[in-house]
Amino acid sequence: MVLAVALIVLTVGSVIFHFWSPWWWTPIASNWGSIDNALLITFWITGVVYVAVLFFTAYCLYKFRYRADRRADYEPENTKLELWLSGLTALGVVALLTPGLIAWNEFVTVPENAVEMEVLGKQWAWSYRLPGKDGKLGTTKTKLVTDDNPFGINPKDPNGKDDILIEGENLHLPLGQPVKMLLRSTDVLHDFYVPEFRAKMDLVPGMVTYFWITPTRTGTFDVLCAELCGVNHYGMRSNVTVDDKAAYQKWLGKQKTFAALYPKAAAGEQLAAVRKDSKSKQSVQ
Amino acid sequence: MSNGVFDDVQVIPPAEVDDVELYHAHSFITKYVFSQDAKIIAIQYSATAITIGLVGLVLSWLMRLQLGFPDTFSFISPDQYYQFVTMHGMIMVIYLLTALFLGGFGNYLIPLMVGARDMVFPYLNMLSYWIYLLAVLILTASFFVPGGASGAGWTLYPPQAILPGTPGVEWGIILMLVSLVLFIIGFTMGGLNYVVTVLQARTRGMTLMRLPLTVWGIFVATILALLAFPALFVGGVMMLLDRVIGTSFFMPEIIQAGELLGTDSGSPLLFQHLFWFFGHPEVYIVALPAFGIVSDVISTHARKNIFGYRMMVWAIVGIGGLSFIVWAHHMYVSGMNPYFGFFFATTTLIIAVPTALKVYNWVLTLWKGNIHMTIPMLFCVAFILTFLNGGLTGLFLGNVVVAVPLSDTMFVVAHFHMVMGVAPILVIFAAIYHWFPKMSGRMLHEGWGQFHFWVTFLGSYLIYFPMHYLGFVGVPRRYYEIGETSFVPPSAATLNEFITIMVLIVGFAQVVFIINILVSIFKGKESGPNPWNATTLEWQTETTPPSHGNFGDELPVVYRWAYAYSVPGVDADFVPQNMHPDDVKGSGSADDPSGHH
Amino acid sequence: MSIFHELAKKPWLINPAEVEGVPPPAAFFVPVGKVGLRVFLVVVTVVFTLMLIAYGDRMLFSTWRPMPEPWLLWLNTALLITSSLAMQWAKSSAKQGNSDGMRDGLLWGGVLTIAFLAGQLYVWQQLVDLGYYATSGTANAFFYLLTAIHGLHMMGGLVAWGRSVFKMWRGGAVADLRLSVELCTTYWHYLLLVWLVLFAMLLFS
Repeated sequence: MVLAVALIVLTVGSVIFHFWSPWWWTPIASNWGSIDNALLITFWITGVVYVAVLFFTAYCLYKFRYRADRRADYEPENTKLELWLSGLTALGVVALLTPGLIAWNEFVTVPENAVEMEVLGKQWAWSYRLPGKDGKLGTTKTKLVTDDNPFGINPKDPNGKDDILIEGENLHLPLGQPVKMLLRSTDVLHDFYVPEFRAKMDLVPGMVTYFWITPTRTGTFDVLCAELCGVNHYGMRSNVTVDDKAAYQKWLGKQKTFAALYPKAAAGEQLAAVRKDSKSKQSVQ
Repeated sequence: MSNGVFDDVQVIPPAEVDDVELYHAHSFITKYVFSQDAKIIAIQYSATAITIGLVGLVLSWLMRLQLGFPDTFSFISPDQYYQFVTMHGMIMVIYLLTALFLGGFGNYLIPLMVGARDMVFPYLNMLSYWIYLLAVLILTASFFVPGGASGAGWTLYPPQAILPGTPGVEWGIILMLVSLVLFIIGFTMGGLNYVVTVLQARTRGMTLMRLPLTVWGIFVATILALLAFPALFVGGVMMLLDRVIGTSFFMPEIIQAGELLGTDSGSPLLFQHLFWFFGHPEVYIVALPAFGIVSDVISTHARKNIFGYRMMVWAIVGIGGLSFIVWAHHMYVSGMNPYFGFFFATTTLIIAVPTALKVYNWVLTLWKGNIHMTIPMLFCVAFILTFLNGGLTGLFLGNVVVAVPLSDTMFVVAHFHMVMGVAPILVIFAAIYHWFPKMSGRMLHEGWGQFHFWVTFLGSYLIYFPMHYLGFVGVPRRYYEIGETSFVPPSAATLNEFITIMVLIVGFAQVVFIINILVSIFKGKESGPNPWNATTLEWQTETTPPSHGNFGDELPVVYRWAYAYSVPGVDADFVPQNMHPDDVKGSGSADDPSGHH
Repeated sequence: MSIFHELAKKPWLINPAEVEGVPPPAAFFVPVGKVGLRVFLVVVTVVFTLMLIAYGDRMLFSTWRPMPEPWLLWLNTALLITSSLAMQWAKSSAKQGNSDGMRDGLLWGGVLTIAFLAGQLYVWQQLVDLGYYATSGTANAFFYLLTAIHGLHMMGGLVAWGRSVFKMWRGGAVADLRLSVELCTTYWHYLLLVWLVLFAMLLFS
């Protein structure tokens, strides 16, 4: 009896909390409205099931509470009912899965006009690399990373010389332009996470991962690391600013290239030294 | 009765442990310490698991103190915070839940419920416990070694887990991995026992479909564990080699602090696949025994047969099978080939169908029952609510694209605590209140039980339900403090304070529970052999608590399924599984209710 | 009786033949030790399968550098095959009640296994001398890992073998020893099979 009331109160309370609590997702700033929609559909379907099952449970607890003069029913099974319930659940699952998979298909299909940009994570800071005038990012190798070449850009690759490097500052993105974020780590796992963009992905050392977004709202947003990466995980922060086209071009014009920032490394002078160093280390092992 | 079946029986004796083979203890040490009696081993397992579980509970308080009141407790540094997070997770999932459900309840209930005198390999069973204890001690020791326990998160993802920059990289992670490997070896010894006992040592008449669902749940969970733990074993051994002798199984080329490490071409994702190939079945290793226990307890206290027994068995088997092809739903944002998402989202959501059916059938068991609101029943209903809640939020996280914004946020933390933290622990409480009278001969105190239930149930819900909303806001998990952000409103800090206070209150209620157990062992009301009027074999033993060998001189013979409650035409509202048909009083027959042929 | 048939039964309905309670199906009338061993071998199979999948996965990477296969591995393989044959000899002798055959088979099986393990250690020594450390390449690391885990399982088998030999030494009757010998033989054949698969994979890389 008390429990039946408690169930009703918890259920109703949860629904009230859902609609009136001040805690809800941040206004979206990317094209992933389809993710929000899939989430809302999930909310409605699961919410209805939650309330229905708990109300029915509360009803049973009240209606069939113990009385000395009554006996429980004896019904080993009811295949028809069970099949109906399974079928309805399966329908619900299809209703959840369909919008989800359609949105996922969009998520894994990078548009052809997407501009590539690189996010580099290392304990515990973010840096970014944008293609230069040639529109291409130079190739990189973890082995080539030194203080003079923090991105490990291959100096032999002509595409890398004009790459724009952003260290310790905000990343800027142009409004309305699809961007393919290439993600790279030189030490441990990280995760490039901007709540307003909805999309996120891990950075995995030894491989290049990616996701794509189209920024749809100007403003400055927090970048956080969402994959535990050591003791200062919570302090691995940066910001990303979405600009309109004019402001973006103005910002872009002020950024420096690999060749300008690290002329020695870009000329290939560090190449031999690092390789030798790494070789000697390996043979010691 | 001289039909063919019984002639065969004369020739081939039933596969059961003969009295001749039964181990006999001769001293206090062999009877209570190095015991080979499954019931003693069960109590040893349970006591150890609950003790280390209390350590895990205290760690959660420390964590919550930091999250609720950041910058207040100078004694919690980021290093320690991550160590608390890691050890709390590992202790609760492996050393408490797995050990308690399989080593504790499995050992106690399997032989009694299938009508066996003991497990089939008692010596191995004893060894299993002592190796488990050693694993627990090694894990505990990691708090006290230089550098402290590992702070890698319970998922122990490399390369971070074995590189400087993570707490406990000196010794903590080594002890953690050694402890896990030992746990798996010990568990395998126990697991062989549980499986073979269910297959081979059932008493006469105990067909597969007459097994109580508790046995089905533990049986299938054990099979899952035997097949899934090897993945953790392989991953653990490989990571141990990476850490200790410097191999590169999981270590790619890495630059740390400006230095190129000597590692090459290993794959961090390989570890994640191995870990979750274990980790997802692990969820069901904990859940399936809980499903089984809840079914039996609800049926007993509602005085009604479990609704849809066959479907419940099939669902347990089906969920167990499916749980091996859903693992990568933990890796949607791990950087694996994104096309895997289609497959794993689909399999994950399919698993919702049999799982939902189980929930429906529990509720339909209450329908038209005659429900006694005992403490075990209260906990079972609370389980239905929390499990339903956690199961439904699982649909968010299983549906690949919906999972992307929510992954690695507090939503995930709230989800898995609801579904495999609170829900199974409520079942553990239900089971302890239900079977304590059999284990001790005394009842637990009702009033304290009520207090324990209400605080635990309402408190846990108030902790975890609002926590989902922190995840919607975007608060990431495993953050020592969130600090200044543009998207987390200041009111979230108030919510965190509230959650921390609730955690402390719920924690306090567990102290009451422990006191209740300790006092009731000696001073509880005498329960008699079958206080709940239950049908299953463990309630029909000659002595309470059951003596060594479980069933006196003769093993029980089983005549019917475990759910003969309120059978039409029978006077009593329950018929024990081993009651001879001639002894059943009433106008009808317990085994031939009209209208069901 | 198929398992599906069994699982489709409605347990609340009573088959007249089951009123007195039937024992478990006849298919399960095998000694618990045998069932236990079979379940254990399934677990071990999962361990090796996962390691081989990981191995195959790494092999596809461009950075994969295979390592040489010393000819001694062929000799070790021959030793292991012979030890398995010897165990088989022990088993069939035990079945016929021939205690001498059982003794000889068991002893030879164990001695040849110890020779195999010594041979494996010698292969490690050779490889280390040639500079193939576990730390200098994933292929090497997998080779050491796979052979080590296989060797540890062999040693576990030797413990069980030692128990049987001890019982025999104490004058145990053939009938009492038959089950232990049978279980050892199954285990030996199984580990031989695992070794052949491992060896093929190592050659194949």
